[in-house]
Amino acid sequence: MTEKKLESAAGDKLMIRMESVNKWYGEFHVLKDINLDVRQGERIVLCGPSGSGKSTTIRCINRLEEHQAGRIIVDGVELTSDLKQIEAIRREVGMVFQHFNLFPHLTVLENCTLAPMWVRHMPRREAEAVAMHFLERVRIPEQALKYPGQLSGGQQQRVAIARALCMKPAIMLFDEPTSALDPEMVKEVLDTMIELAESGMTMLCVTHEMGFARTVAHRIIFMDRGEIVEQAAPDEFFSNPKSERTRTFLGQILH
Amino acid sequence: MQTTARVQPARSSLLRDPKFRGLVFQILAVFTVVGIGWYLFQNTQSNLAQRGITSGFGFLNNTAGFGILQSLIDYTETDTYGRVFVIGLLNTLLVSGLGIFFATLIGFVIGIARLSPNWLLSRLATVYIEIFRNIPPLLQIFFWYFAVLRAMPAPRASYEFFDAIYLNIRGLYLPSPIPADGFNVFAIALLAACVAIVLVARWARKRREATGQLFPTPAVAIGLLVALPGLAALVAGNPVTWSVPELRGFNFVGGLVVIPELVALTLALTLYTAAFIAENVRSGIQAVSHGQTEAARSLGLRPRHILRLVIIPQALRVIIPPLTSQYLNLAKNSSLAAAIGYPDLVSLFAGTVLNQTGQAIETIAITMSVYLAISLSISLLMNWYNKRIALVER
Ligand SMILES: Nc1ncnc2c1ncn2[C@@H]1O[C@H](COP(=O)(O)OP(=O)(O)OP(=O)(O)O)[C@@H](O)[C@H]1O
Ligand SMILES: [Mg+2]
Repeated sequence: MTEKKLESAAGDKLMIRMESVNKWYGEFHVLKDINLDVRQGERIVLCGPSGSGKSTTIRCINRLEEHQAGRIIVDGVELTSDLKQIEAIRREVGMVFQHFNLFPHLTVLENCTLAPMWVRHMPRREAEAVAMHFLERVRIPEQALKYPGQLSGGQQQRVAIARALCMKPAIMLFDEPTSALDPEMVKEVLDTMIELAESGMTMLCVTHEMGFARTVAHRIIFMDRGEIVEQAAPDEFFSNPKSERTRTFLGQILH
Repeated sequence: MQTTARVQPARSSLLRDPKFRGLVFQILAVFTVVGIGWYLFQNTQSNLAQRGITSGFGFLNNTAGFGILQSLIDYTETDTYGRVFVIGLLNTLLVSGLGIFFATLIGFVIGIARLSPNWLLSRLATVYIEIFRNIPPLLQIFFWYFAVLRAMPAPRASYEFFDAIYLNIRGLYLPSPIPADGFNVFAIALLAACVAIVLVARWARKRREATGQLFPTPAVAIGLLVALPGLAALVAGNPVTWSVPELRGFNFVGGLVVIPELVALTLALTLYTAAFIAENVRSGIQAVSHGQTEAARSLGLRPRHILRLVIIPQALRVIIPPLTSQYLNLAKNSSLAAAIGYPDLVSLFAGTVLNQTGQAIETIAITMSVYLAISLSISLLMNWYNKRIALVER
């Protein structure tokens, strides 16, 4: 991975605020007092051992999971059980999943136009123009009329990124976007994400790709057992980790 | 050394060539089947000739001379066996059609209820499925016929609903519509409403694609369906008068009678098959991974759009093939009619007609061909539909 760093700085506007968020699965305390502020254009990488609550944290931001205590405010709108507010937030927050989750019965183009047409009420022509624009940005416009089942894993994940971008979200969430990919396809997806970062997108990314984290992230957050144990800029995080748990974790993944 | 090396692969290529071997086996199989068929045919012909039994299909033109419990077309005892065949076929198609329609309806409702987050609803659905799918269909027919419908009171003590529907041991008496003055205008208005709905739906879709605006098509459709025929009835007078069943002496006159045999058979086949269809529907919906719902949610799609645009199209692909075999089972199970004397094709044609004419081979052959034709039609239709919606894979 390139050692060159992306220099674009984060803005001042607060995009996400999590205030002592707590969540339980039955007796199991998954998220313990999570406090997190994300500013516009900021890029954050979450890492930590399996089961530490990384996925749960970012899935709370678009209400795929419900938090039970604390407050989450996204782009000025507080997440409550009000359906209108949840839908408003989901329109502004794009998400990319580990297993792509493309709609297999729709073509690549239809995958990309579905939400703009049914949620943003965009005319078909316009939605298709937007879709082609983003498919070009992820470099697969020639696959537009194919079905997801006909594409490689890397191509599918790039379509998933394009699909999310077609809603013109203000924030993008990534949950281990490269973990299900063969090694030779990881780079094409990471390159796409780096380009997205260059365009100034606010990004929260769960990943174990530490090279990517070093290049792209403004801040790396280390989670363990449902807590944010440590957060720091990449240089600081890798060269001078403060907590013992962070050092153990880094020792494991940087061999 | 060199020659053997060259000859060897050439020799082995014929005997060990899978294509050649496949062809040989297929030819052998065809010869065997044709041979056995020919032998059976010859043998039967000579046996029948020896015993002086007539063969051929001439009997279809002979007079039947017996009464039939239910016929959808006009029939008297002087009609031919050919007409009896048509009546049996129509009665079989009636039961199968009614059964398939109601079983699909109930099956989808129960299958979706089974997945409901409502504890009571999903538990009730489970109980329904486990009861009806685990009791043999013949027993269910007996239950509805002997335990329920035969236990109904005599006509004078009928159960009465809304002063118009009566249930007694002779069957279910319903009011039947008789066309009146306003009928034609009403029918035209109804047709016009249907055409208008199709046009509105098309226009709404075009407009949505062009401008992105959603249109409340279902509400407008219901409105049209009520308003146009309603207006026609107001202007042109009553479209139908109802012939309501009335007790005269010991029995009812007027209205429409559904014989208990038909009710029992339809009920049993419907409830039995619906339990299987419910399971197919449940597993079809569950086969669509949760990730699909999550992806659709994260794009901001509304729950009903998620169901309609993402879940149902994928679930249908899983539901259709087993649904086909349920339809086939229902059509074939309708021949259990013979057990309670409902005049379906088997009890009427392969039963009564066979007994009277003694032409077993012909009647059985005709009956079997008809079931084959019904089953093949259902299969072809469903396969065509399945192919149309199949997923494209690599
Ligand atoms: N629906 C659920 N019911 C009960 N427990 C759950 C549920 N979902 C997740 N958990 C538990 O919550 C904990 C946190 O899960 P989460 O998926 O957030 O971890 P993660 O950090 O993303 O781990 P991984 O790296 O394996 O993806 C895990 O211990 C998991 O077993
Ligand atoms: Mg995870």
